[in-house]
Amino acid sequence: MATQTTHHVAMTLADHLPILQVLIPFITAPLIVFIGRRELAWPLAFIASATSFLIACLLLSKVIGGGVISYQIGGWAPPLGIEYRVDAANAFVLFLVTGIATLVLPYARYSVGAEMPQRTQTLFYSLFLLCMTGLLGVTITADAFNVFVFLEISSLSTYVLIAQGSYRDKRALTASFNYLIMGTIGATFFVIGLGFLYMATGTLNMADLADRLAGQYDSRTVRAGFAFILVGMGLKVAIFPLHFWLPNAYTYAPSAVTTFLAATATKVAVYVLLRFIFSVFQPAFLAETSTLEIIFYPFALLAMFAASATAIFQRDLKRMLAYSSIAQIGYMLLGIALLSETGLMATILHLFNHGITKAALFMGVGAYALRSKSTFYIDLQGLGKTMPWTSAAVVIGGVSLIGVPGTAGFLSKWLLVQAALEQGYWPISMLIVASSLLAVIYVWRLVETLYLSAPNSEQPIREAPLSMLLPLWIVALACIYFGFETDITLGAAKAAAQALLAGSSGMMH
Amino acid sequence: MNIFTTEFILGHINYWLFIILMMTGLYIVITKGNLVKKIVGLNIFQTSVFMFYISMGKVSGGTAPIFPLDGIYDPSIAYSNPLPHVLILTAIVVGIATTSLGLALIIRIREEYHSIEEEQITILEDTIFRTEHLPTVGKDEAF
Amino acid sequence: METSLAITLSMLLPASAVVTNLLFRNNPNLRDGLTLFAAIATFFVVLNILTTVGNTTTETFVLLEVIPGLELAFNVEPLGLMFAILASGLWIVTHIYGIGYMRGNNEDDHARFFACFSFAIFSVMGIAFAANMFTLFLFYEVLTLSTYPLVAHKGTLAAVKGARTYLSILIGTSIGLQLVAVIWTFSIAGTLDFTKGGILEGLIAGPAVAILLALYAFGIGKAALMPFHRWLPAAMVAPTPVSALLHAVAVVKAGVFTMLKVGIYIFGIDFLATTEASVWLMWLAAFSIIASSVIALTKDNLKARLAYSTISQLSYITLGVALATSMGVLGGSLHVVMHAMGKITLFMCAGSIYVATHKTNISQMSGLGRAMPITFIAFLIGSLSIIGLPPLGGSWSKWLLIMGAADAGQLVMIGVLLISSLLNVAYLLPVAGKGFFLKTPNQADPTKFSESPTLVWGPPAFTAFGCIVLFFYAGHIQAFLMPIIAAP
Repeated sequence: MATQTTHHVAMTLADHLPILQVLIPFITAPLIVFIGRRELAWPLAFIASATSFLIACLLLSKVIGGGVISYQIGGWAPPLGIEYRVDAANAFVLFLVTGIATLVLPYARYSVGAEMPQRTQTLFYSLFLLCMTGLLGVTITADAFNVFVFLEISSLSTYVLIAQGSYRDKRALTASFNYLIMGTIGATFFVIGLGFLYMATGTLNMADLADRLAGQYDSRTVRAGFAFILVGMGLKVAIFPLHFWLPNAYTYAPSAVTTFLAATATKVAVYVLLRFIFSVFQPAFLAETSTLEIIFYPFALLAMFAASATAIFQRDLKRMLAYSSIAQIGYMLLGIALLSETGLMATILHLFNHGITKAALFMGVGAYALRSKSTFYIDLQGLGKTMPWTSAAVVIGGVSLIGVPGTAGFLSKWLLVQAALEQGYWPISMLIVASSLLAVIYVWRLVETLYLSAPNSEQPIREAPLSMLLPLWIVALACIYFGFETDITLGAAKAAAQALLAGSSGMMH
Repeated sequence: MNIFTTEFILGHINYWLFIILMMTGLYIVITKGNLVKKIVGLNIFQTSVFMFYISMGKVSGGTAPIFPLDGIYDPSIAYSNPLPHVLILTAIVVGIATTSLGLALIIRIREEYHSIEEEQITILEDTIFRTEHLPTVGKDEAF
Repeated sequence: METSLAITLSMLLPASAVVTNLLFRNNPNLRDGLTLFAAIATFFVVLNILTTVGNTTTETFVLLEVIPGLELAFNVEPLGLMFAILASGLWIVTHIYGIGYMRGNNEDDHARFFACFSFAIFSVMGIAFAANMFTLFLFYEVLTLSTYPLVAHKGTLAAVKGARTYLSILIGTSIGLQLVAVIWTFSIAGTLDFTKGGILEGLIAGPAVAILLALYAFGIGKAALMPFHRWLPAAMVAPTPVSALLHAVAVVKAGVFTMLKVGIYIFGIDFLATTEASVWLMWLAAFSIIASSVIALTKDNLKARLAYSTISQLSYITLGVALATSMGVLGGSLHVVMHAMGKITLFMCAGSIYVATHKTNISQMSGLGRAMPITFIAFLIGSLSIIGLPPLGGSWSKWLLIMGAADAGQLVMIGVLLISSLLNVAYLLPVAGKGFFLKTPNQADPTKFSESPTLVWGPPAFTAFGCIVLFFYAGHIQAFLMPIIAAP
């Protein structure tokens, strides 16, 4: 095979955007370590993530109309070479990941400064960028094995980032260790699944895989491969019975890390699941193997209720939000299970909307952790008066989590209920709204604690610093903004759903 | 398809070994309380996957896939498939990183908990969990 | 003034009052003055709409499109305009009363209180001018959330518990049932625009119509249809101005207003009549009317009694919709105004008694009428209007409802309305009666109490007068509302 050297001549910087998207944070990460100066670490990380965000915006604007950008690494043509492929579905996820990263970094500056010793801070920013690199790589690549490699880059850095919480609470270490075990098993399952698919097809490029799998859905190898991939990714997504690593990891990780992970990591995993279910395999395959009835519906519904009910009884706000995240993943799975355009739009939209909602909430939690030295309800009493700005933003995040109209969370729930009704599954639509009511309970418990309880501690508590409030308010306002202005979110979700539902044909040039 | 014939069992010997190794690894991860043993189990589990990939690339009668130095390609020679081998090189690197990170975490856990037995750590954590930030009686009237 | 501009202004003015309240939190006079200005300005803007468009339905103006087919859109139509005039007019009165009450009672956090209050009015305006069910639902929820801090205002355990009930029932019904109904409607009709004659005809049939109606009827928790009425008595822990404006006018009327809108513009009266989907609702409303009147009889706390009376009166309006006749709908719509004027009077009187004497139970009010005659006379007039005696406004709406029941051939309903009037007499008149004719039981000198401050007794006196005026203007209002029952 000949390398297509002629390609390079005509390419401008703009043509290299897909690789730059991953490369910029990837190169900055070691650069920060080599420079080794603490005061330079943050600016470098911020510049890298802001640049990535700009690139993600450019990419999104190019593909939101339904186009596809294919980038061949090193000029090696797929299916042999590794291909990066940007379409509406993953451009939207890139937009979310880089956007949240760019907001979390300014927030992290103060928060990390307070929660971690100085000597580890330089390395923190480096790891943060590595984690981001991994997530971006997983999202952008069209090569199945490449997904695994990037997944492990992000996972390994995530384990370390979570363990950084040990300066606040030593349980971060065991949380990180458990996640390491579970995450590695998940990733290895994923690789086993890929192995089976490779045995059946002899290729790893997603579009090529889809083509060659098309005739082989009866093959036991293919089915086993699918099962391994589903369970492996399910662990990363924290699908209900595979969620045990999540509550502790979110609770004990540093606030900035929790914010970033909650808003992006599980969302990227959901995206991979979408990609495999709809692009590599066909929706028909799912229907045929009754994966939906056996796995998706029951576990999605269980997650929505069991995790929400657990969230209600938590004493720690951060842990409560972690359980709520598990419940929200149930909604996303449900949207997938409905196998319709509206359902997929709901999933993709919820992926984004829940990302910003949880970012707002966890940022607020970080501010409480900073000032009140605790995230337990008992220590948050009356903070609505002493930290009015933080609390108001948290309440906005809370109502978006419930899905009150006028917030981002409302729209995705609307679409989800509509998708269920379109299929005539009205009991499911009732269950969706019923589980939102559980969210009302846990959010309102928070509101009462913040505003209607007498303060518990005698020492005065100050409002959080501006550098934390600003990102917090940006995401909080985004929760409202994206509740009304849906050109970007809904447009991208629609284009993405259509591309995904077109199955492998959506992957063709 | 009768799977109890000799040919079938022997013909798929690499898969049987893969399954045995995989199950051994998973069993250790799940049942052993010692954190180091868990990592060992994880390693065995990952190794099984390496074996799976490597045996998958083997073409019967094939030789090492090295391009002849003189550049003359002889179509009569069968080569094993190099791609799975290359892939698994990456996976091995990832596996080493995971192991070292896991061991590093164990060291930190031992510093903090003075134990690497899961049972004892769980007891310690449960005690903390049950007692932290409990409301003082009468103060938390709203709930 | 352009209608779209006027609608925007009518919502922006209350919204700006939220801001001024928060900005000038430490300057009570400026803060309250600016809010009063906003209230008056809102009222005039709404009146301006009335003079320019009258009782026609204007073009819809779309603020933005959220999802294709799902717009944030507003227009003016007679029912909404009537509601807007009512709410903005009574806002002025209640604001004046609220200043007197809050200062007279030394309540805390005036700024937060008035800010939330203005925010509630903002959402009421949104509800009144909503051009489709989506917009209405959005503001419906905002109204719930903005009134929650008002109910919990005192911050005591009882207030927190009451507020919790308030929120859980209102949010629970609206998200759990109404939202499903709205999305269901959207998925079968493809639109949520309020259209004369309804949007569902021919698209849904059989028992599904009754189920959809049930989702709406119970989902509109603010209409306090039994068994989802518990929030209204629970909300009585709020300061009285809140009970007066919000739980006699804005919030509960937003509920029945939504019910009317759904009946008239989503289902269509004729569609309801032909499918007979609303028959069960009629019986439930009748039950609600009688049952809550009986409960009201047993309540000694004045505000609780008024709350149950409100539940009963709201069901009149629901009944009007459920009768599915033009007269019934007209009677229900008219009752929105008549009951609002009467009930706000009663609540403000209850607050006035509380400010002057700190008494909340009817059994303690013997003889107070002589000490505070204006308050008690206003209370008497309000009571008579609620009962439906001429020459007071309430008589007309009841008359129309009875006509509506006759049109529908539901003679039992006429009986229900009459029995309920008798029950009204039984639970409302004793209050004024005790005040005027009984002696205080412990021989304490009632003259040690005097009339409450002017700012507190003035507004109820004014609205009591309004009840009388409405009797003579009922015909005008009826004529004004005629287009809503005209054939599409």
